[in-house]
Amino acid sequence: MKVYYLLKTSLLSLAAHKFRSFLTILGILIGISSIVLISALGKGAQELIVQELSGLGAETLIVRPGKEPKGPSDFAQVLFSNSLKERELKAIRREGAVTGLVLAEPEVIVTGSVAYKGETFRPLIVGFSAEAMIDILKMKLSEGKPFGEKEAKERKRVAVIGWRVKKELFGNLSAVGKVIKINGKNFKVVGVLEPRGRVIFFDVDDLVLVPYTSAQAYLGATKHFQSIIVKVSSPNLVNEAKEDIEKILRNLHNIKDPEEDDFHVRTQKGLVQQVENIISYFTVFLVLVVAISLVVGGIGVMNIMLVSVTERTKEIGLRKALGAKQSDILKQFLLEAVILTTLGGILGIITGLVLALLGSWLLSKVLGIVWTFVFPLKAMLLSVIISSLVGIVFGIYPAIQASQKDPIEALRHE
Amino acid sequence: MNLIELKDITKVYSEGKIPTPALKGISLKIEKGEFLAIMGPSGSGKSTLLHILGMLDTPSSGSYFYKGKEVSRLNPNELAKIRNQEIGFVFQAFYLLPRLTVLENVKLPLLYSKVPYHKWDGLAQNAISKVGLAHRKNYLAVHLSGGEKQRTAIARALVQDPDLILADEPTGNLDSISGKKIMEIFQRLNQEGKTIVLVTHEREIAKLAHRVIFIKDGKLKE
Ligand SMILES: Nc1ncnc2c1ncn2[C@@H]1O[C@H](COP(=O)(O)OP(=O)(O)OP(=O)(O)O)[C@@H](O)[C@H]1O
Ligand SMILES: [Mg+2]
Repeated sequence: MKVYYLLKTSLLSLAAHKFRSFLTILGILIGISSIVLISALGKGAQELIVQELSGLGAETLIVRPGKEPKGPSDFAQVLFSNSLKERELKAIRREGAVTGLVLAEPEVIVTGSVAYKGETFRPLIVGFSAEAMIDILKMKLSEGKPFGEKEAKERKRVAVIGWRVKKELFGNLSAVGKVIKINGKNFKVVGVLEPRGRVIFFDVDDLVLVPYTSAQAYLGATKHFQSIIVKVSSPNLVNEAKEDIEKILRNLHNIKDPEEDDFHVRTQKGLVQQVENIISYFTVFLVLVVAISLVVGGIGVMNIMLVSVTERTKEIGLRKALGAKQSDILKQFLLEAVILTTLGGILGIITGLVLALLGSWLLSKVLGIVWTFVFPLKAMLLSVIISSLVGIVFGIYPAIQASQKDPIEALRHE
Repeated sequence: MNLIELKDITKVYSEGKIPTPALKGISLKIEKGEFLAIMGPSGSGKSTLLHILGMLDTPSSGSYFYKGKEVSRLNPNELAKIRNQEIGFVFQAFYLLPRLTVLENVKLPLLYSKVPYHKWDGLAQNAISKVGLAHRKNYLAVHLSGGEKQRTAIARALVQDPDLILADEPTGNLDSISGKKIMEIFQRLNQEGKTIVLVTHEREIAKLAHRVIFIKDGKLKE
């Protein structure tokens, strides 16, 4: 075909300077591969996070100490604030205080290890009602029974352990009824959770649950809670319940201005929204980075095309002498620029896909996160369009320069 | 009717600091089917004149009629079309694309014509055999000898079967035997009815033409 002949005769010069041409399209390659990578991994991340947060249940609220973290400095407050204690828990649990309240359970965290007959394991030790946990996460026990409020009141030394903890300590033997040592203290295993894997920000299979009062009494857990988990009877009541809790705690702490809050209440909807916000900020930032790299890449292409036009002045003169019109030369050089940038785009797509596949492989195989690789078809099509547009935008000026060369001047060019 | 008529053509190059007059009033008529040789010392303006005839360059003053039409009134696209379809130009410095083969070089004018692609190969092969280069058609232009380059350039000028062939020192870089071969090609083309204008500074070569004109310091002396 005619186009084939044109490309063959015109791309020779780009082909003769392979390395230079490659450097030229590197900017485009990086920009486009970022687009593909972001959309492949970003979608997966969003899906994962939203899916995990949905696992929390729409009727659950989390009350945490410290004001809602808006920046990194606020996180310290959350970690060190001791605004949630027994008094606050009682106030929330008071009959009729919180609309639709089903349960309100505090959570304290213990660091340490568990041991059974020489086997030790470092699990996630949490003082939290096992009944509440299986209710909120809609789980079952694979053996035994959970513990709840009664055991907490009596500071019972009982534990419900996660699937992996059981495997590590007991192998295939039954764990129920056995006495394990948590930080050296004896606790009786009453139940084992069914396997579940990661949920939200922790791995259920690594859990060891004990009554929070027992954690405080025997395992050195703080008197204040890391959070209070609240469940209401219907998702429709979540907002009302949130307002109730805020009112109760502000009253209790004499807070008039919500800005002064020493606690915050999170809901699933709020969390999802927050995550989506973070992702969209992140996306805007990345789009900016991509745009910059495409502009830089485009300028590189423009530069190399201008160099090419100068180098090939004679060729342009010859083509014109043999009957090429201005528009023929314009089209030829524009086509060259578009081919250059589209090639960069295609290489970018391949690079992006490879990185995304590698990334999801790492996430799922190495970190054990259940990851769905989203094939970014839209982003790929968009990438091809964007990269050829970059070629047109940044190739038009050199192409015009080429087309306006005077044939005889061009032929005489040394 | 004259194919070409020049009336008092001048050309002044004014890019440098001092303007250089290259042609100082040339009037010339060339009939269809003529074989004309232009002779003159180096720097006398032969190439300049040929470029103007080939519509590659524009005169500073005077008028140029081609087939009765005034060339200065034609727009760039019309000029490009005439250059492509009606004139075959053989440059003093060949101007081949070095990384293309002989065949590909010869096809180049067809890219700017309306000739359908499936005919390209036949036309190019035909032009190449006219200059006796069929055995070299797949050689890269860089690998050719001077004479072979010259013949490739002639084949490229012939590929669209133009009426007018303008050749700037087509034997300048060749030994006398190769030069003779090239001249035989031009004579044969002339016998086929083509108008040929040839620049040379060799008397032997010029003798083979119908008419010889001399140019010195930008002026004609027949
Ligand atoms: N672009 C230009 N700018 C300035 N002067 C030029 C230019 N082109 C040609 N000249 C001058 O015009 C004069 C005629 O040049 P031209 O190339 O027509 O000579 P020529 O007869 O073809 O010579 P040769 O036999 O060496 O090829 C010369 O003096 C040359 O220096
Ligand atoms: Mg000359």
